[in-house]
Amino acid sequence: MQDLGINILLDGRNLVRLLEGLWVTVRIALLSVAVSMVLGVLLGMVMTLKNPVTKALSRVYLETVRIMPQLVLLFLVYFGVTKTFGVHLSGEVSAIIVFVFWGTAEMGDLVRGALISIPKHQYESGRALGLTGVQIYRYIIIPQTIRRLLPLAINLATRMVKTTSLIVLIGVVEVLKVGQQIIEANRYTAPSAALWIYAAIFFLYFLVCFPISRLAGKLEKRWQD
Amino acid sequence: MKNRIKALSLALALTLSVGLLAGCSSNKAASSAAGTDASSAAQGTGGSTARSVDEIKKSGKVIIGVFSDKNPFGYVDANGKYQGYDVYFAERIAKDLGVEPEYVSLEPASRVEYLKTGKVDIVLANFTVTKERAEAVDFALPYMKVALGVVSPEKNLITDVKQLAGKKLIVAKGTTAETYFTANHPEINLVKFDQYTETYNALLDGRGDAFSTDNTEVLAWALQNPGFKVGIESLGDVDTIAPAVQKGNKELLDWLNEEIKTLGKENFFHKDFEETLKPVYGNAVAPENLVVEGGDVK
Repeated sequence: MQDLGINILLDGRNLVRLLEGLWVTVRIALLSVAVSMVLGVLLGMVMTLKNPVTKALSRVYLETVRIMPQLVLLFLVYFGVTKTFGVHLSGEVSAIIVFVFWGTAEMGDLVRGALISIPKHQYESGRALGLTGVQIYRYIIIPQTIRRLLPLAINLATRMVKTTSLIVLIGVVEVLKVGQQIIEANRYTAPSAALWIYAAIFFLYFLVCFPISRLAGKLEKRWQD
Repeated sequence: MKNRIKALSLALALTLSVGLLAGCSSNKAASSAAGTDASSAAQGTGGSTARSVDEIKKSGKVIIGVFSDKNPFGYVDANGKYQGYDVYFAERIAKDLGVEPEYVSLEPASRVEYLKTGKVDIVLANFTVTKERAEAVDFALPYMKVALGVVSPEKNLITDVKQLAGKKLIVAKGTTAETYFTANHPEINLVKFDQYTETYNALLDGRGDAFSTDNTEVLAWALQNPGFKVGIESLGDVDTIAPAVQKGNKELLDWLNEEIKTLGKENFFHKDFEETLKPVYGNAVAPENLVVEGGDVK
């Protein structure tokens, strides 16, 4: 039995299934990233406030996300919500909730870091020019923050794309799981297929993450000029 | 100026919370509109309590948790269809209930949770009956059994445990094989490895006289490796594999037990074996060593 692993890839609907799996991954990741970025920016601004209540709350939130492994969060939302409230969330919705919860916290902390890295004299100069608080943020602080934030945010986004491989544990069949299914289905007839399938999956992840980092690089360059 | 910043921050905090809520609900709307998810549709109300037989029949769908990557028991073929020994049985269950089967891909570690929360009606995922699990879920009658098998080179075939005395037996750490031989056969020298691949390589290299693990594993391996044969097909404590339902779902459990008994009369699981396991195991395995008919373990 001559088994070139690449034949397995082209067998039946295998390639289409991999792409469908990739679409599940991309759909969940991009939606989560987009929502997290928006909420994260807001959270980051709240975190810089000197109000002790918001400070304590955001601190507790951030620490919760940092301490809890994403897998635990996924199980908590997927199974825990059903147990306590009797509500069935689908695996995908659970995944998006957890990823937004996680991404918002991390993004918030990044924004907070970027915001406080803007020297105080920037605010003071703005005030000296007679700008209002909103104007200072709009024209001075936010543009500078975004530039500092970009590389960090891209890092987070690609990390979120890759962490989607965990959601298979709550029953969402994404690209990696499809790959494993294909490998296992051909375990006895083409043991060498594994290498090919994993190579294909590597390529697919690359296809998603590379444009994101390219885009970031381009933006960074444009803003430097 | 300070007041203004305070007001601004309050507004921000508000938008944040509203945004969170809106984000969640819009996500929900989006994915239910897409309607791709398996479990959400059929459950509806009822919370985490499992569905009764009537509710299943009324909904037109039975949700069955299976493996999607355990060839030949539960796997997905090149066309994206579920196949295997467990799935063959699942198809029959659905047919006899008069409903369509809907499969949910499970991982070994999440099988119990899926039943506890009522996200699936039945688990048919190579679920070995153990005492600990039986406290969390209700097992129906078994439809398969596994025991240990011993594979060795054809030239020096081991067909009886007694032949192993003083010889080197390869086992993987943490398996039932290791526990069994340590407890019952101290006269056999065990060569232990951390990983499965290492154990097979060790046997190929002749670092041991034989290798033991679950019989389904060694049988499938021997078939792929000419020169090796499973001399002992069934040894040690026999573990059974059975369908499981949520603890307390007596109605569905009774239905399944009846079903398994009825199917026993037509030798259903032998046919299942012929269709799904024989292509993999060939004539190397006697069905009697794996198949349980009518829930009756011999």
